[in-house]
Amino acid sequence: MTVLRVDDATVRFGDFCAVDSLSLEVAGGEWLGLIGPNGAGKSTLLRAVVGLVDHDGSITVDGTPHQDLSRRDLARAVALVPQVPECPPDMRVADYLLLGRSPYISYLGTERRHDLDVVAGVSDQLELGDFLGRALGTLSGGELQRVVLGRALAQEAPVLLLDEPTSALDVGHQQQVLELVESLRHDRSLTVVAAMHDLTLAGQFADRLLLMSNGRSVVTGTAAEVLTEHTISEHYGASVRVLRDDDGGVVVIPTRSHAGTRAERGATSRPG
Amino acid sequence: MSDRPTRTTVEAIIRPDAPAEPAPSRLRRRWFAVAVGALGGALALGVLVGPASLSAWGVVTEMISTLPGVDMGPGLTDRQADILWKIRMPRVVLGALVGGMLAISGAAYQGVFRNPLADPYLLGVAAGAGLGATLAIAYGPDSSAWPVDALPMFAFVGAFVGVTAAWILGHASGSQRNAATLILAGVAVAAFLTALQTYVQQREAETLRQVYSWILGRLATSGWHEVLLILPYVVVSTVAILLHRRLLDVLAVGDDEADTLGVRTERVRLVVVAAATLGTAAAVAVSGLIGFVGIIVPHAVRLVAGTSYRIVLPLSLLGGAAFLVTADVVARTISSPAELPIGVITAFLGAPFFAVVLHTSRKLAR
Repeated sequence: MTVLRVDDATVRFGDFCAVDSLSLEVAGGEWLGLIGPNGAGKSTLLRAVVGLVDHDGSITVDGTPHQDLSRRDLARAVALVPQVPECPPDMRVADYLLLGRSPYISYLGTERRHDLDVVAGVSDQLELGDFLGRALGTLSGGELQRVVLGRALAQEAPVLLLDEPTSALDVGHQQQVLELVESLRHDRSLTVVAAMHDLTLAGQFADRLLLMSNGRSVVTGTAAEVLTEHTISEHYGASVRVLRDDDGGVVVIPTRSHAGTRAERGATSRPG
Repeated sequence: MSDRPTRTTVEAIIRPDAPAEPAPSRLRRRWFAVAVGALGGALALGVLVGPASLSAWGVVTEMISTLPGVDMGPGLTDRQADILWKIRMPRVVLGALVGGMLAISGAAYQGVFRNPLADPYLLGVAAGAGLGATLAIAYGPDSSAWPVDALPMFAFVGAFVGVTAAWILGHASGSQRNAATLILAGVAVAAFLTALQTYVQQREAETLRQVYSWILGRLATSGWHEVLLILPYVVVSTVAILLHRRLLDVLAVGDDEADTLGVRTERVRLVVVAAATLGTAAAVAVSGLIGFVGIIVPHAVRLVAGTSYRIVLPLSLLGGAAFLVTADVVARTISSPAELPIGVITAFLGAPFFAVVLHTSRKLAR
């Protein structure tokens, strides 16, 4: 069943068209990986889905069109982990997690017992119990990413949007965060749409990839279908080798320019 | 993630600190007690200190005797009772109202603009009120025959005109979502209104002294008149701001993220700014431009008790009241019988006080 449907969506900033007549459908429980070079419109698309930028065309969440959802309803349906989350350094982790309950608290109300229970559950699942009293400014990058993810989970939204969730992390923490998202997706039956830079990881974790370029959807399909040397070279301007492992997985390896071997480059690139 | 070694309790969410460290909730209660104690002490000082000496016991007896059904006999002579009820008390209460209002407004402004330098005068309140007051002093009708003084009215209206102009200008520029635009609009409006005010002041040079003394702020009272004048505004504004304490915490993650959490940031900003402005305009109308309270008190609170607005707002209210009442005692005793402008004292006391807080909080920081 389709949980998120984007139909012919266009986002303009003045004359610049950041998302251009883009359509996509994401089924319940699916993980869609959004890939594409910088400036392709991935973040803008995610921002349009959570209502942060105006769009033409239609976006439907769980069968309800955007315009029929209040800000609060939308926040209960879709949670976004932004690329660079704003983390007030003095705010304590527990208070930060509680912010995720905002869509359920009335305008002038305060947290109820159930909100605290939900946050306690999130804290257990992400193993944040030891951090609750710490200030955000004292956490490492990996810890912080888990806390930000925890706030999004506290929203209890069926659709989770991730904007470059691992761009600030080392390779080990990248894997840990993505594994975590994967296990949460199963435990909580989440639908995940993630903008991702690392093509290999995108191919490994997403069920399906959608390649964006200049605001348009170029190609969508499995990692094996989308990640070809030709496509990546054309849209990223990158020279890569694509290896296929025995399980049908895809590994994308950057190679250094077309100049050939190291010895040849050494001979031709004298400073002058 | 399958085996879950710990069960997080709800208690851990509310009081998320390891027992070995000082629990912030306990710490918060302690700071509340300190703030209430400081306010009580300041009020007592304000009532007892002055040219005519009143005994503490006499004042206590006098106050208890006003309770229905209690008669402890007169604690003070009639003249002393008059000084207590008609001079000292109104002034102390006015100082508490103005100080609390300025401090909580400053905290609220810092929250909605996410700007540590924001103070309640940020959006043209001060310049508008200054122009209003100057106009009243220079051209106002002789209001001695009036039932009400014209100056507070003019200052109040001026303050509101200033902020409304800044708000309209800030939103007319299109980029609705940018709080910085609003601050810049406030700067432009303030510059314009200050230019007008200076022009009027220079043309009517004989008013210079009066205008100057108003700008430096003073807590002059004629009985309970000023207190009754601003009390409704202070109560409404304070309640409105306190009700938004949770939402101000949500705004700490920025407009975009607060939006994705279902909060309508524009509405929160409008309501909080309107409430803070209403209260500040009322305070300015009766006390002139008392500086520093709105910045120093909220920051001192943050340094010792944390940054959550659930604590910062009520503690600023109490702390601002205590601070201004104390400053007023100093202002009227230091060169008695002359009185110094209270704005001079708030700056003079405030700056070193802030330095001490900054220093000690560094030491306390883990």
